[in-house]
Amino acid sequence: MCTVCGCGTGSVEGHSHSHDGDHAHSHDHAHGHPHHHHDHDHSDIHFGHGPAGTEVPGMSQARLIEIETDILSENDRYAAENRGFLKGRGVLALNLVSSPGSGKTTLLVETIKALGDQPVAVIEGDQQTANDADRIRATGAPAVQVNTGKGCHLDGHMVGHAMEHLNLGAGSVLFIENVGNLVCPAAFDLGEDAKVAILSVTEGEDKPLKYPDMFTAARLAILNKTDLAPHCDIDLDTYEDNLRRVNPSIEVLRVSAKTGEGMDAWLAWLAAELAAKTGRQAAE
Amino acid sequence: MHEMSLCEGIRSVLETQAATHKLDRITRVRLEIGQFAGVEKPALEFAWSVVMRGSHAEGSTLEMIDLPGRAMCFDCAQEVEIEDRLSPCPNCGSGKLMPTGGDEMRIKDLEAI
Repeated sequence: MCTVCGCGTGSVEGHSHSHDGDHAHSHDHAHGHPHHHHDHDHSDIHFGHGPAGTEVPGMSQARLIEIETDILSENDRYAAENRGFLKGRGVLALNLVSSPGSGKTTLLVETIKALGDQPVAVIEGDQQTANDADRIRATGAPAVQVNTGKGCHLDGHMVGHAMEHLNLGAGSVLFIENVGNLVCPAAFDLGEDAKVAILSVTEGEDKPLKYPDMFTAARLAILNKTDLAPHCDIDLDTYEDNLRRVNPSIEVLRVSAKTGEGMDAWLAWLAAELAAKTGRQAAE
Repeated sequence: MHEMSLCEGIRSVLETQAATHKLDRITRVRLEIGQFAGVEKPALEFAWSVVMRGSHAEGSTLEMIDLPGRAMCFDCAQEVEIEDRLSPCPNCGSGKLMPTGGDEMRIKDLEAI
């Protein structure tokens, strides 16, 4: 069983944390506390007078503590730190999400080549291997590979550490290539400006309907490998309709990283986002 | 999706609460889970007992409260409750809906001694 997702069947291996070495976590706690004793007066019935000061059906008055905390608050805290850091430097950060094999890395390699002098840095997330970071570094752009091990997504903490290894200058673009997975990365904010979903035409027009969470979270969808559309009975208009069905405000670009079709529109989108980000920074 | 790591996040929040409020033991925890949160409740329950072991919430009861999915209809401009992300608008039948709520994953409260 995947110890992070809880998906699949098999043995449970317990859980472990892997950090960059500068954190030490210990989950052991000493127990053996004195217990509180209460004196009760049973002649009257009062509600809301317990230690909690409130009454919730089904819950005893032992001690009720309202928390109202998002479960992902810890991740969101790291993401907010990342966002502050990126804003301070005027860096545009895009979280690239997709299924495995949609052509993210090829699109990135071609994008970096086309951007020329524009400073770019890449964080590559995969379960294993440094293959993708090696492909990016071959273009001359700095890249950090984050291997999540058993993990199915990048989180704010991992990205914060990865950013420490990149010399992010003002006006640069940071591409965060998430783990190929259309489920979990939707929920984890990394501090990015936008999620960009990349789909390849071979995945089928109903992909957005099958994984709506991700396409709801994304601002832009890139329909990649359009050169293959004539070979695989795909109707690109239906593909776009399905994307807009799950997210009426999503922007869609049709691109072939291989032939270069549609790359101009993608580069124009990037330039506009970067100008907006650095313009905002200059205005403040 | 990632119920084990969600549980680890909850555990860390609970341990902080236990330290802040000087709790001996957390006996019950209530979560609010939105319809679109992508949380598989049986998987979360399964992960709960494993992850809480050795914490102040070891052996605690987990309760999950469902929150409905909500969306804004682009055609009739109403905020409506929907069953799933692809449901049409219950008012006008439009399919152009933008989810506005239902992705909550919140720890509501806890009971402790």
